Amino acid sequence: MAGVAILLPVVGAFLVLALGKWPNLRETATLVTATSLFAVVYSLLGPVRAGETPSLTLVEVVPGVTLGLEVEPLGLLFALVASFLWIVTSLYAIGYMRGHHEENQTRFFFFFAVSIAGAMGVAFAGNLFTLFAFYEALTLCTFPLVTHHQTDEARKAGRVYLGILLSTSVVFQLLAIIWTWQLAGTVDFVPGGILAGTASAGVLSALLVLYVFGVGKAAVMPFHRWLPAAMVAPTPVSALLHAVAVVKAGVFTVLKVSVYVFGVDLLGSLAATPWLAWAAATTIILASLVAFTKDNLKARLAYSTISQLSYIVLGALLANRWGIIGGGMHIAMHAFGKITLFFAAGAILVAAHEKDISRMRGLGRTMPITFGAFFIGSLSIIGVPPAGGSWSKWFLGLGTLEAGQLGLLAVLMVSSLLSLVYLLEIPVRAFFSAPPADSHHGEGIHEAPWQSLAAIVITATATLALFVWPDAFYDLMTLVVER
Amino acid sequence: MSAHLPVLLIVVPLLAAPLAALVRHPRGSWVVALGASWWALGVSIALLMRVLADGTISYEIGGWAAPWGIEYRIDVANAFVLLIVSGIGAVVTPYARVSVEREVEAARIPLFHTAFILCLTGLLGIAVTGDVFNVFVFLEISSLSAYALIALGQDRRALTSAYQYLVMGSVGATFIVIGIGLLYVMTGTLNMADLAVRLPEVAATRTIPVAFAFLTVGICLKLALFPLHLWLPNAYTFAPSSVTAFIASTATKVAVYMLLRFFFTVFGAAFSFDVMQLDMVLMPLALVAIVSMSLVAIYQQNAKRLLAYSSLAQIGYMILGISLASVTGVTAGILHLFNHALMKGALFMTLGCVMYRVGSVRVEAMAGLGKTMPWTMAAFVIGGLSLIGVPLTVGFVSKWYLVLAALEQGLWPLAVVVLLGSLLAVMYVWKVVEVAYFQPPPDGDPPAEAPLSLLVPTWALVVANLYFGIDAKLTAGVAMRAAEALLGVGQ
Repeated sequence: MAGVAILLPVVGAFLVLALGKWPNLRETATLVTATSLFAVVYSLLGPVRAGETPSLTLVEVVPGVTLGLEVEPLGLLFALVASFLWIVTSLYAIGYMRGHHEENQTRFFFFFAVSIAGAMGVAFAGNLFTLFAFYEALTLCTFPLVTHHQTDEARKAGRVYLGILLSTSVVFQLLAIIWTWQLAGTVDFVPGGILAGTASAGVLSALLVLYVFGVGKAAVMPFHRWLPAAMVAPTPVSALLHAVAVVKAGVFTVLKVSVYVFGVDLLGSLAATPWLAWAAATTIILASLVAFTKDNLKARLAYSTISQLSYIVLGALLANRWGIIGGGMHIAMHAFGKITLFFAAGAILVAAHEKDISRMRGLGRTMPITFGAFFIGSLSIIGVPPAGGSWSKWFLGLGTLEAGQLGLLAVLMVSSLLSLVYLLEIPVRAFFSAPPADSHHGEGIHEAPWQSLAAIVITATATLALFVWPDAFYDLMTLVVER
Repeated sequence: MSAHLPVLLIVVPLLAAPLAALVRHPRGSWVVALGASWWALGVSIALLMRVLADGTISYEIGGWAAPWGIEYRIDVANAFVLLIVSGIGAVVTPYARVSVEREVEAARIPLFHTAFILCLTGLLGIAVTGDVFNVFVFLEISSLSAYALIALGQDRRALTSAYQYLVMGSVGATFIVIGIGLLYVMTGTLNMADLAVRLPEVAATRTIPVAFAFLTVGICLKLALFPLHLWLPNAYTFAPSSVTAFIASTATKVAVYMLLRFFFTVFGAAFSFDVMQLDMVLMPLALVAIVSMSLVAIYQQNAKRLLAYSSLAQIGYMILGISLASVTGVTAGILHLFNHALMKGALFMTLGCVMYRVGSVRVEAMAGLGKTMPWTMAAFVIGGLSLIGVPLTVGFVSKWYLVLAALEQGLWPLAVVVLLGSLLAVMYVWKVVEVAYFQPPPDGDPPAEAPLSLLVPTWALVVANLYFGIDAKLTAGVAMRAAEALLGVGQ
């Protein structure tokens, strides 16, 4: 079934290409593919919860190194989130791309579907080589989406995007993978890890550093610049790929390497681990501070994402049960919250043609649903009830206590306070401040197209629902740490 | 007949060459060339299968026993090289028909095909023979015909490039023949296997190191190792498109094979690397080639010249692997011979398609081709990704073995240089991609997509890039057996 999950979006992509001349049929193809993909991924939940790990070996590339898939709880969690949000984003994208009169929509939906296939491949990769292959494929498939407008600005952003993601992955990550192969003689994901006892603690520490910074998609500073650059893309790309699929593929890789390559015990014993945890903590704080300085809404959200991604890296590097559970759950919780915020940002752009936060004052009265959803999404990112984000932050906090790192707990608290200010400022001003003098907010502006609005409502509701029913994700992560 | 396959591999094309000249009809001479190149491919496949099944083949020309007669000796290493050369020849010949009709005047087309077959024959001959003087003879056959082929380019600068190559190539060949002469003086034999037996007795003399030095310089000139590479960029840039595609994927590869044969089989790895410390020469030069030639490639304005400099960097990768003198290192070197032939063959063929429709391969002339020639540019992108070394392309497999070989010996800085080289490759490949996809096409009639007779052979190589990148068991396995045979281990 894992193979089907990767193949399905590819088939969908070619359907999109074939139906390019008939936009309504083309969009139907996207929606049908997305829905069936989610159904396929969901069907794996039962077996995985029962303790099975279906696997599939596609081909042996060089002796001992295979292109193989394996469904395990952590990958399934990521796949569930990405495939579900693909349905919602497709709905949103239909309204957005039409409402915003974007060109080359067939190409857009084609590469979008291929990128999802890449994300599924990352989620279900059975070994480091397969994961790396799909990781790189995801970078390359999203490049045409980032540079969709084909302007000079897009071309420059594309260079930053490709430059950082390829450099980190090729120079650090690939080196680490080949080194792992040389030390352990395998690159498979094994519960408890494959590296214990293969080399000195110094070498393994160096490897860990290569992995953490080599996964550029996790955006640990100083390799974070590609994410704000990617914001030149149309908003649905920023929403699904640069808040969910691509960035989560990065932190997912960090988690996966921590749990299945190093193993929690080995990770906890390495000298590099606490230092890297503090590197993540530094990213959390610095990115939050940078977010304050951004008046462009998407740029602010991008820095907020950088900060939140490091929560997950931090969770992995706490090297204990609660850190891993909290990190894994944060993949899901942050995804729902942040995609809501991006959806709202795109809706404001389409309906009111505003990009800058300072010009959104008073807009809440004309677009109440959008800004209401923005408020809910913000709560989740901050990590307060009644939004799902509070659970992952709770477990991450437990993790820092278990690790005896009170300093890191303080970082989590301070960061929450910072996000409280830089995010809530936006809906509060939109509802309670008067519009700027030269704006035309009153005239003819109403909510975004219904498809987009529906998407916003769905993700905002889901964010609230996850506060009440976080069990599915919690159970999956429990399986991960108990395997 | 099958016992005579080693010699038929050479004789059939050698007779086909004058036939192609006698036909005097463009299409007719092409048919002869096609037959010769496909024959060579068929025989090469048969030979490789036989070597893999039964071990080394020894064939005595005219029944004269070695070491007096000329022996053709085929083990896994040269069987693999034969496959590379004849495989590329068999793909380029169908491509050459249309491309050559556009780029070479009709009266010279039969001569073109004659020279092409001769060049193929020479390269196959170098690979197949077990006699060092015979190597020199075939080297001259392939080089002289290559000079003629390059001189047939459209641009008048093709003449000076061919002349430059002629001078440098002759210097290299002279060095090689001096080296061979010194070996003959000291041992009285020209047979490689015989030389390998007799050389240790005289290795302590001063003559043998001198012969070694002459051969090193001569062969490195032929394979265009930095800083002996100056002939290559112009030769590749101004040659007709199909000649560039053929020579770039075969000529330097065969020279690398000569290096392997002389230093591992004739002199022996122990003498070459422990006594003469060849690695101290090759490794730094390879590293400089990887970094400097990639940097130079980034600044080129002509796409063919850009790829030519990229080839020089890629030769650095092969030599780096060989200089490690371990099974994994030599495997990486040999594997990259094959893989680089696939990627550069594909890339130069896409440029031939551009040349055919646009009339120029300057980077700025490729503006907007992503829209107007989608299949050609898609082939370029995939070939470029392979050159960069993206997973599931052949370039990745080469890189995997090369980095592994460096890490095995604890030389992680080498691994870092290899990987940084891929990043430089991203920069020069993307330079072309950005122009083709981000710049609007110039005003006027947009160029049409290249004809199928060009696209089909191009895509055949593109698919090979992907196929051997996804399932590299065959190529990696053969390369490893070849490396083991050369190093004399595991048998």
